Amino acid sequence: MNKPFSPASTYDVLRQHGIDRRDFLQFCITTAAAMGLDAAMVPQVVSAMETKPRIPVIWLHGLECTCCSESFIRSSHPIAQDIVLNMISLDYDDTLQAAAGFQVEEIRQKLIKEHPGGYLLAVEGNAPTADGGVYCTVGGNTFLNVLMETAEHAKAIIAWGSCASNGCVQAARPNPTGAKPIHELISGKPIINVPGCPPIAEVMTGVLTYILTFDELPELDRIGRPKMFYGQRIHDKCYRRAFFDAGQFVEAWDDEGARKGWCLYKMGCRGPTTYNSCSNMKWNGGVSFPIGSGHGCIGCSEANFWDNGPFYQRLSSVVVPGIEATPDKIGAVLGVATAIGVGAHLTATVAHRLSRKPITDKDQPTADKTEQE
Amino acid sequence: MSTRVVVDPVTRIEGHLRIEAILNDSNHVGDAISTGTMWRGIEVILRDRDPRDAWAFCERICGVCTTVHALASVRCVENALGIRVPKNAEIIRNIMFLTQMVQDHVIHFYHLHALDWVDIVSALKADPDKTAALAQKVSPSFPLSSPGYFRDIAATLKKYVDSGQLGIFQNAYWGHPAYKLPPEANLMAVAHYLEALKWQKEIIKIHTIFGGKNPHPNYLVGGIAAAVSMQSDNAINMERLNFIKDLIDGATQIVEQMYIPDLLAIASFYPEWTQIGAGLGNYLVYGDIPQNGISDVSKFRFPRGAILNKNLNEVLSVDPTDASQVQEEIAHSWYEYSDGKTSLHPWDGETSPKYTGPKPPYKQLDENAKYSWLKSPRWKGNAMEVGPLARVLVGYASGNTEFKDVVTEAIGALKVPASALFSTLGRTAARGLETRLAVRWLLDEYNQLVANLKAGDSATADTSKWDPSSWPAETKGYGFTEAPRGALCHWIHIKDAKIANYQIVVPSTWNASPKDGKGQRGAYESALIGTPMADPQRPLEILRTIHSFDPCLACASHVLSPDGRTLSEVVIVP
Repeated sequence: MNKPFSPASTYDVLRQHGIDRRDFLQFCITTAAAMGLDAAMVPQVVSAMETKPRIPVIWLHGLECTCCSESFIRSSHPIAQDIVLNMISLDYDDTLQAAAGFQVEEIRQKLIKEHPGGYLLAVEGNAPTADGGVYCTVGGNTFLNVLMETAEHAKAIIAWGSCASNGCVQAARPNPTGAKPIHELISGKPIINVPGCPPIAEVMTGVLTYILTFDELPELDRIGRPKMFYGQRIHDKCYRRAFFDAGQFVEAWDDEGARKGWCLYKMGCRGPTTYNSCSNMKWNGGVSFPIGSGHGCIGCSEANFWDNGPFYQRLSSVVVPGIEATPDKIGAVLGVATAIGVGAHLTATVAHRLSRKPITDKDQPTADKTEQE
Repeated sequence: MSTRVVVDPVTRIEGHLRIEAILNDSNHVGDAISTGTMWRGIEVILRDRDPRDAWAFCERICGVCTTVHALASVRCVENALGIRVPKNAEIIRNIMFLTQMVQDHVIHFYHLHALDWVDIVSALKADPDKTAALAQKVSPSFPLSSPGYFRDIAATLKKYVDSGQLGIFQNAYWGHPAYKLPPEANLMAVAHYLEALKWQKEIIKIHTIFGGKNPHPNYLVGGIAAAVSMQSDNAINMERLNFIKDLIDGATQIVEQMYIPDLLAIASFYPEWTQIGAGLGNYLVYGDIPQNGISDVSKFRFPRGAILNKNLNEVLSVDPTDASQVQEEIAHSWYEYSDGKTSLHPWDGETSPKYTGPKPPYKQLDENAKYSWLKSPRWKGNAMEVGPLARVLVGYASGNTEFKDVVTEAIGALKVPASALFSTLGRTAARGLETRLAVRWLLDEYNQLVANLKAGDSATADTSKWDPSSWPAETKGYGFTEAPRGALCHWIHIKDAKIANYQIVVPSTWNASPKDGKGQRGAYESALIGTPMADPQRPLEILRTIHSFDPCLACASHVLSPDGRTLSEVVIVP
């Protein structure tokens, strides 16, 4: 994105119209006088004119559970207070808004009218499209209409969480309300998908502050996710990866392996097929993450993860060699493991380990097309 | 001529709620309708899935009271399969339950409810020195009470207002005649709004330790997934326990030295609100926080029971397994039942959505027709209120000394009789009182966990029934909890290792329900009757009463199955 994202200050606008610094200061003095302020107040007027207003944000809630908002306020750096008071102007957010009813709808209408193309739209949840959209209404209007109307004049759209990015739970089979993610409803606008149920708090604030700091959208992958947080698989950064490579697995809940923190792959962990920052950034200020607390990843930032279960069924039916396996057994397994995916990847890593060859990136097949239901 | 006040969206809640109030000539609410305006269909989505996965789907019903549906769901499946979780798992679940309750109630008070009582703009006029004096008087031990601290807060607020970008605080009801706090009390509340926002992300780390993340920590049928080993640096160990203890100590300080003093201080300026918003006077509690397994109801910290007509002399027995006690009606809900039936048990409920409301965009709904996506659950034919007030009243009326003590202390401080609890302010106060109990219980549960570990028990999961091959071909069960917003129950029917039917009756459905066939209002509707409104264009008083219930509409409106099939009967395994 070459076009800057944040709103321009008055000084920026004047400069674009050919006004130089000297004329700008004269303008400030005149303005101060016109406002009845004495000369001592001129520096403050100058400062106000040079200061960029905070970018207005409209945060809509459709079919969702508010876990994204809850995650957002858990952010440890920056904290939510700093974002809301100092970085953005959160003008519309039904979860936190002081006003209610028509007063709050007025705010949305006013922003659309007064700042067309000048506000960010953050969407939590998605829109039901069945039966004319009656499964979610706001202020007597369908959420679908509210979304389309607000999106039309937005500068860009942030699709918070798996609901807005992928559809999430209400779009799981049989999707009774016809719930659709934002990118399936809106075109012609930059859309950033920030999946996860919810996304990690610091991923949410990281995306937002990146836009504010660098005045552009972050680099996105082919499905609209910021590469900086969704570029690698959880498995590849997991501290339990060494146990996977060594063939040391939790075989049952609360077994010896569970107490030693071994790999959860056999308990259904989706780390090998899930792109997210859980295993390196961790959750809630770096305290832990699902695998670190003994439960496999359920893949909540991947599209259709609800329908890729059951969650406790491991990703591939390929026989997993244990740590006691001999090279001969590994060879036998490799002979039958024609399927690509996690199982093949595992056997390959174990085979490498046993043959004492270094593992390189190109030895590791991608696992995002594993055998799943 | 009557005035109709429409509040949609009701903000500072979870989900989508609409209130229409019809005022009489003296601007008091004469009639009111409560409308859930969203529906997601989770129960239908659960069909044919692995019962061990159900908790994850159910948990996504709500991200505000995250964990409560997961807890009810794992209990439901365990009940169906005859699993008793190990002692450590029971304690750890109790710790997670209480953590959620404390965090959720504090967030509700400061971030969802306080702005109904606190005028932020008035805080600009506060003198920081006088605010410090007030804070030290209200809570002598709370460390954040210096004049310099309040000067900083005042400066932050002023800078924000001076920017001209008021964000979430714009277009609100500042200066409304119903605001009664002096500027200093308002500034103190603004400071604590920000402190609570910073703190809530700390206490919830207890969920991250046991469940890996929050919102939506992980649960497990049979126990908990996090293993405990004092000899491992890769399990719940001494460092993790110390971390938890530290977080509990922090929570105790926030609740005892900030939340409760603020609650009592603010309440003392609004005595008239002990006379407004009583509502139904019927209260229902399933009970929770087991001390001897979920089936031993007599050992719950939150006692089970029901109260009718504000009669604190009699606590009626409640049995969620008795099919005749809970009925769901659809007289004013956008559904139809076959053969002209008017009410059904949830377990043989047939749900066929039929939207007959006005075509959106619409201006108003018809209170004489169907007007909500919520059904009307009724207990023995009565509309019931669930939640903190119900729990505190049932605890108090049961003669439980812990409840009696906190209630007596609070009404003594406010110089009001116990009957003052039957009100909007009473509901808000009850939430604070049970939070006091919750932080004490948190510490007690933590001590129990340590004692149990010390006794040599480190088991966290019963895996004997993990494999579906060990299950009967067909089985049924139920699981309940006391969510922050009240009584919650799930019912499951498992057939051939898959979910044949899943039913959920949630707290906000009880509270936000529309009228039933007999014309009995739901708890929100009933509580609004008689509310005086100073300025109908700025419906602050409606928000006060509705927020006193802490609405959670994602929960309330998830429950309906849209395909019109008759759901097969669920027989409860006691």
